[in-house]
This record gives sequence, structure tokens and C-alpha cells, in this order.
Amino acid sequence: MSAFHQDIQKAIPALRRYARALTREVETADDLVQDTLVRALRSEHLFHGGDVRSWLYTILTNLNRNRLRSLARRPTLTPIEDDDAPDLAGPEAGGRDIERALAMLVDEQRTALLLVVLEGLTYREIAEVQGVPIGTVMSRLARARAQIKAYLDGGRPTLRRIK
Amino acid sequence: MIEVTEGELHVYVDGALPEDRREAVEQWLANHPEDAARVAAWRAQAEAIRARFGGVINEPVPDRLKLDRILRTGRSWGALAAAAAIVAFVVGSTAGWVARGASAAAPNESEVFANEAIGAHRLYIGEVRHPIEVKAEEGHLLPWLSRRVGTLLRAPDLGAFDLKLLGGRLLPGVNAPAALFMYESGSGERVTIYVSRTTEPRTSFRYKVTDKFGALRWSEAGYGWVVSGPDDKPRLKLIAESMYEQLDLRTPAPPPPPPARSSANQLMSLRGS
Repeated sequence: MSAFHQDIQKAIPALRRYARALTREVETADDLVQDTLVRALRSEHLFHGGDVRSWLYTILTNLNRNRLRSLARRPTLTPIEDDDAPDLAGPEAGGRDIERALAMLVDEQRTALLLVVLEGLTYREIAEVQGVPIGTVMSRLARARAQIKAYLDGGRPTLRRIK
Repeated sequence: MIEVTEGELHVYVDGALPEDRREAVEQWLANHPEDAARVAAWRAQAEAIRARFGGVINEPVPDRLKLDRILRTGRSWGALAAAAAIVAFVVGSTAGWVARGASAAAPNESEVFANEAIGAHRLYIGEVRHPIEVKAEEGHLLPWLSRRVGTLLRAPDLGAFDLKLLGGRLLPGVNAPAALFMYESGSGERVTIYVSRTTEPRTSFRYKVTDKFGALRWSEAGYGWVVSGPDDKPRLKLIAESMYEQLDLRTPAPPPPPPARSSANQLMSLRGS
């Protein structure tokens, strides 16, 4: 296996983690990773050195954006959130809240936030992945965090009352 | 105490502040409970995200995502890649041959880029009736060029230099389509901005003179920019700086207060290293 292939191999678990958080669905996430790998192998001749990992994140991010665009063009059934569902306590509830909060963000903001907090990329690397200036990455990050905070603060009145 | 910006708070939460600034931020937070609460909330979000998804990394990788399997099954892309490699080899060797005949050293991409931009500048500023394809007043100018060039383009406001946007056109670029914006002053002086995708990493400003034209170029985040006009380096530099500032603030409203440019860059590069 070439060094290039080895670098890709090493990145697969992290790509799965990133894709899972982006899509919040196991199968969709693994489809994205598979497409990313096929695309990367096919485009090996286009890779001119640099960080293979960042390159893979770029491919996956773009594929996901295309996926969301084509979803938006198609009419789909949206699951209706049940407001009356009892709020579970413990980590299960926290996990679901953060999933909902992530789902609410626009794609660019979600991508920026996940790349920094989950994947540990630097702002500069994220700027390259997203193809925007660092200032844009920072404002996406700021907006993502502000929106999640607003959602979590406002979305769980029960917890507030207890406090 | 030096003011701490919101941007800096984010960098702090993401663990990318240099040590001396970190202490300053911690002091600041001790005296600003609202900022401290925000920082705590952002940290909690990051923790929740990691708690929810971090474990995926330890899951066994399903067979369909194993590389040797994808390599084995993907015959079609293998053939494609081989064909592409042959083409690349042929083109590469021909280009090498031509370059050897022409000059000792092939110009780098940045030079080729600048030459394209100056060429377009020279060709179109001389046009009296058709200097541009689409006028500035036409609403589709920016959406169209943005789509073709592949990034959100904004024509900077150069009113401070007595330059008014006439309009723009699409050009074949070095690697990808290029956009050319043309500006004109009250006295008829014309300045163009050329932008296209580039493989060059981020560069500082570079100035080049060809005949009586000057061109200032730089690249950032995958795009190269060239501003061309009469050979007047200080003026072009001011224009380029103004453009740079405006383009960096091109995010949609409402933008959070950005950190001071210089300090943010410094912090980013510290983290990047």
C-alpha cells in the first residue's frame, strides 16, 4: 500500500465521525465516507502534496453540500418533532438536544463548528476546506455557537424552572 | 486591561491562544461574568458534541469502507486514473519540451496568472464601446460571475479612489474561469480587478510592471486576485488594501464583532504551526 493510501486509511475513522455528526444518520454518513474515498482514490493524480486529511475533509464537505442541495430540490417528508415527548434526563437527553441544535444550523456553520470542536482542525485549515477567508470561518463559528446557545437556553424551559 | 474581543474568546475556547494572551483572557473573564458565561456555554456545547459523536472513531470500520476493498472493486476508476495519468504524462512532457525551447525556467503559476490579468486589462481597457460584457447596473452581474468563478464575489467599492464600477466579463482563466471587473474614474482612467481560482497558497502582495501598466497580485483561500491599472505602485497598493479589507468582510449580516485583523492573523498562524 502506498503512503498516499496509508494516509487515507488512517483518516477513515475520523471521516466517519465527522460524517456522522454532519448527517446524524449512520447509513447516510457511511455513504458519504464511501463516496469520499472513491473520489479521493480516483483523483489521486490531482493531489499535489499537502495534508491528505484536510483534502479528504474538503471532499466530504463538498459532497455533503451537494447532497443537501439535491435534498432541498426534492420534496421530502420531514419528521415532526413531538413537543409533548417527555424530556429524558441524563446524557441521552443532552445528546438529543445537541443533535437537534446541530440540525438547526445552516450547513456552513455546522461544518465549521464540527471541524473545529470534533475534528480539531485549525481555523486556517477550515478556511481551506471551506474555500473562504479565515474571518468568514470565525463568523460562521460565532454564529453557530450563538444559535446553539439560544436554542439550548430557550428550548428547555423545564430545566430553567427547576433551577 | 486590554480589551478582549469576541473573536479572541472563540480562539481561547478552541485552545489556540498563545500563553500570554490566555492569561489576559482569563483575567478578563474573571471580571466579566457575561463573557465567562458565554465561554462556559460554548465549552459545554463542544463537550456535548464530543460526547455524542466522539465515540464513532472507536467503532469498527464496516467492510464497505475498507480501502483495500474499494481499491479491488473500483476497476472503472482505476482505468480512468491510468488514462488520466497517461494524458498528464504526455501533456507534461510536451510542456516541458516547449518550455525548454522557450526559456530556461518555466514561469510559476502566480506569474502566469498576473500575465493573464494584465493581458485582459490591456485588451479591454482600450475598448471604447464594449469594455465589458455585463453592466454594473444589471442585477445578474455578480450572481453570474460568482457562479462561474465558483465563489461569492462582491465588487469592492472604490469610490474613495474616484473609481466607479462599469461592469464585468467572464474570461478563460489559468485553471478555471476568471472574472474581470472594470472601474473607471471621472478622468477616464481604467482599473481592472481579475479573480480566479488558484492552487497557490496564501501570498502577500506582489507588484509587477509590464509596459506602462502595473499589476498588484495576491492569493488567499484558493483564489488569486490581480488589480491592474496605470503604473502607480502606491496608488494600486492603496486600492488593493481597500479591496482586501472589503472582501474580507464579505460575510452576510449580522456579523459578530470581528477581532482586529492583525492580531487574529497572528493567532491563526500560531495555531497553524
